[in-house]
Amino acid sequence: MWPFFFWAFVVGGSICVIGQLLMDVGKLTPAHTLSTLVVSGAVLELFGLYEPLIDFAGAGATIPITSFGNALLHGAMQEAEKHGVIGVLTGMFEVTSSGISAAIIFGFIGALIFKPKG
Amino acid sequence: MKKKTEKQQAYQKLVDAHDKKRPVLINCLKAFWVGGVICMIGQAVTIFFITYFPFTEQTAGNPSVSVMIFFAMLLTGFGVYDRLGQYAGAGSAVPVTGFGNAVISAAIEHRTEGLVLGVGGNMFKLAGSVIVFGVAAAFFLGLIKTLLIHFGVIG
Repeated sequence: MWPFFFWAFVVGGSICVIGQLLMDVGKLTPAHTLSTLVVSGAVLELFGLYEPLIDFAGAGATIPITSFGNALLHGAMQEAEKHGVIGVLTGMFEVTSSGISAAIIFGFIGALIFKPKG
Repeated sequence: MKKKTEKQQAYQKLVDAHDKKRPVLINCLKAFWVGGVICMIGQAVTIFFITYFPFTEQTAGNPSVSVMIFFAMLLTGFGVYDRLGQYAGAGSAVPVTGFGNAVISAAIEHRTEGLVLGVGGNMFKLAGSVIVFGVAAAFFLGLIKTLLIHFGVIG
């Protein structure tokens, strides 16, 4: 169990460092950085490289935002295998829906119970 | 950007020359350990889901992401996440909790403008670009790959 934690820490931290380098050295805004990482995740999934990373690093690969791009393409391709080209559309949010749903639901609840700070 | 006088430009160059290297390294270290710790917490949640629910290594990522966003809601609501973001930079922005924080802080911030126009309309103000580019990239890449498979170019 401990190697999992170690590799989650190392791989997750490294992805964050890549993000930090894009911001500091590449002079990108946070929004540009995150968009770049999401697209990178989708590209890695395209070449079949993201699933092995998840097997290897667990949450180190699923928690960074790159996994969002990976999951979008993964869902799209899963459906595309069953239903052809139209599956790319219908399967898009199949895997990612939990993250988006959670963000919307907790965002709504948060807005109801918390007051803005500062 | 404002136009600078020659003196200011020269000074800016001097500042850049002395300033650049150090913060990048320190920022990266901060991003590394904070991002790593967030992923370790995510790993703990993932193991929890694998142990007590019927999830596998590959599928446990989804419920873990939801739980992490729930944590992000609490930390955002109590104003902790913004302070963490100032310290850790990308270390708190890149994990999915940063995505949750962007959605939730926008929702809380615009609460005063009403539930429909404020919360509903502004929730994805910051995080929307991530979804747009993620979906657009996944769509075009998926389309190309599907067509290539369909016409037998790749297996």
